[in-house]
Amino acid sequence: MDLKYTPEEETLRAQVRAFFEAELPSDIRAKMHLGKRLRKDDLTRWQKILHRQGWGAVMWPQRFGGAGWNVVQQHIFEEERADVGAPPQNAFSLRMLAPVLMTFANAAQQEYFLPRIISGEDWWCQGYSEPGSGSDLASLRTSAVRQGDHYIVNGQKTWNTYGQYADWIFCLVRTDTEGRPQQGISFLLIDMKTPGITLRPIITLDGEHEINEIWFENVKVPVQNLVGDENKGWTYAKFLLTHERTNNAGIGACRRALKKLKEIAADQVANGRPLIEDTRFRDRIAQIELELMALEITNLRVLSATANEQRALGPEVSVLKIKGSEIIQQLAELQMHALGHDALPYLREALELSWVEEPLLAEHYRPYAPSLSGQYFNLRKTTIYAGSTEIQKNIISQQILGL
Amino acid sequence: MDFSYTEEQLALQDTLQRFIARDYDFERRRAHARSTLGYSAEAWSQYAELGLLALPFPEEFGGLGGSAVDVMLVMELIGRGLLLEPFLSTVVLCGGLIRDAAPATIKRSLLPQIGAGKLKLALACYEAAGRYDLSHVACSAVSAGATHGKGGVAGWRLSGHKAVVLDAASADYFLVSARGSGNVTDADGISLFRVRRDAPGLTLFAYPTQSGGRAADLRLQNVIVGADDLIGVTARALPMIERAVDLGAAALCAEAVGIISALNEATLGYLKSRKQFGVAIGKFQALQHRMADMLIAAEQARSMAIIAAVHCDSGDVAERRRAVSGAKAYIGQAARLVGQQAVQLHGAMGMVDDLIVSHYFKRLTMIDLTLGDADFHLGRFSDLLLRTSFGR
Repeated sequence: MDLKYTPEEETLRAQVRAFFEAELPSDIRAKMHLGKRLRKDDLTRWQKILHRQGWGAVMWPQRFGGAGWNVVQQHIFEEERADVGAPPQNAFSLRMLAPVLMTFANAAQQEYFLPRIISGEDWWCQGYSEPGSGSDLASLRTSAVRQGDHYIVNGQKTWNTYGQYADWIFCLVRTDTEGRPQQGISFLLIDMKTPGITLRPIITLDGEHEINEIWFENVKVPVQNLVGDENKGWTYAKFLLTHERTNNAGIGACRRALKKLKEIAADQVANGRPLIEDTRFRDRIAQIELELMALEITNLRVLSATANEQRALGPEVSVLKIKGSEIIQQLAELQMHALGHDALPYLREALELSWVEEPLLAEHYRPYAPSLSGQYFNLRKTTIYAGSTEIQKNIISQQILGL
Repeated sequence: MDFSYTEEQLALQDTLQRFIARDYDFERRRAHARSTLGYSAEAWSQYAELGLLALPFPEEFGGLGGSAVDVMLVMELIGRGLLLEPFLSTVVLCGGLIRDAAPATIKRSLLPQIGAGKLKLALACYEAAGRYDLSHVACSAVSAGATHGKGGVAGWRLSGHKAVVLDAASADYFLVSARGSGNVTDADGISLFRVRRDAPGLTLFAYPTQSGGRAADLRLQNVIVGADDLIGVTARALPMIERAVDLGAAALCAEAVGIISALNEATLGYLKSRKQFGVAIGKFQALQHRMADMLIAAEQARSMAIIAAVHCDSGDVAERRRAVSGAKAYIGQAARLVGQQAVQLHGAMGMVDDLIVSHYFKRLTMIDLTLGDADFHLGRFSDLLLRTSFGR
């Protein structure tokens, strides 16, 4: 039992830190620091910088071009990323699709798609949820009918994240309507430029465009874009969801949000003193910090246990997902509350770096203020997406507790 | 970064587990709790034989040189078995104090005896109006002059009242904090003395505790102690008492984690076996989700107990406090959740004395209230947070 990092790990941390400090473009850093809008170009630029260093995918095995880092090394990378304020990488491609391709795709698919993911060349999005299939994902109805060398895809996907940026979408489609709903699902890779695909923005409660509806109307997909076997897609989908949930512990993002919350609370004034000196408010910060301290260790315990036992991650990731999603929500809520009535102004233009603040407003309204309320509203998603908290508790009940 | 136990630790765990299964089942435990002593003298000798009572002491004093992680492992099983013996008081709190602060002569005379199971001690560090404040010391230590000290060495005369001293009735010695100078809550001026159980002027009001153990209030009226009864430096004892209490709090965290996991197992078993409306009640989603919450609490609590164990003997006081208070606060809350829900999910069966569930619940509740409750430790953690926030 030892929570210390080895000298080698400390050296790695210093290297990672130094690289981030030197190579993170200042405009991206400023956007991250002030909670401004990030665009596709910001994220792909950063991915390309990481790739040049050989760190495009530190969690991937080396034979696929990754750095092959172990869980502790990955944890260090993520800690430093969050601390410096570098943007997160595209989890849909790097953490969700890639493990599926590495495990179930054929060599040609691996050789074509994986290098384009790690280099930042292709942006991937996910086509899972449908209007009638949310938590009950297996009830999905988007159909793919084999016609010669193609599948003809028809249907509708929704809650698709950043589809407006995407070059490709990985989709769950129904290839068979017989038997149990889980049995007729296949995992298909679809080029977003294919005729018949229509994308419509869904504006969320924070007023932003992050998610979309996508329609497929007689979309022709080559059969070589099928991953693994036809009708085995549910197995791959569950495998992917396990990876998705691990990532959703979001320790790095939580650490960053906690640090920012303390800075905001030290900067805001209540009764003529820094807000953080108000015990009632500070104790709420302390309470969340405790949850995060525990989650960091729980996360490492789960990851090291699976590494030691050489097994895949199992239902225990639901514990991480539930806690991580609650913590980031609570941190965002406190960040907003720290502003007091400065949380009220809704200034869409203030989310651009070019925004110049009105002097009258600037007397009390701080540069970090504009994004915080929107962040709070936006992050209500975390306990809903990737399997809601209630679904995670069902998984724990059935698969861990055996109820 | 390594979360595994060593071979030796696994062997120790296995031995103690087997002892509990063989010699310390629930019925026997209840009998011990009801006995005059309040625990099993036989079990205490067994612990000595197993080496538990010498675990955290250096080898030169007959100890095994064990770490706080070893103590965590033992405490977790003490929790599971609801063991009543004064391990925390004698080995962790007083043993830790003597090991870390006493002069070599006292270490040589006491530590081997503790390890052999021949000597028990209790820490008298809290007072009537002080709540959990260790610097609140009204008990006075007045220099008694050379005539009273052994061999012509000056001693002290102690007077005052010590509240809720754990495991007091069975102790051979008390370690008593008393003030030689300063105001009642000053950090400076506090010394720590060894006081014999049968010292003239010492009276005990003993009582059982809610969780089956024993405790007492102590009244000291001109109790004479010698210079060789001083543990540590005169007037500068507070930091070492705080350190020992942090070791104790970390140990209690581990005990709570043992109980939480045992209580979760018992509750899960009940959900699977108890039938209502024709099905096992564990089929109801409302109860499933409650049980899932309890599992999450158990995992998080275990992580915090590890943090506490790894940092509780750190030389960096702020790091030690942050870890221990963070863990004690978190686990106090987790224990409340698991304890209350375990009773709730057991329905009326959770209310009865005949089932171990209620005993686990009571012990968890009392652990939170011992050596600083969740609010106290959250406050300590929160105040440290304030300092580090501006430090950066």
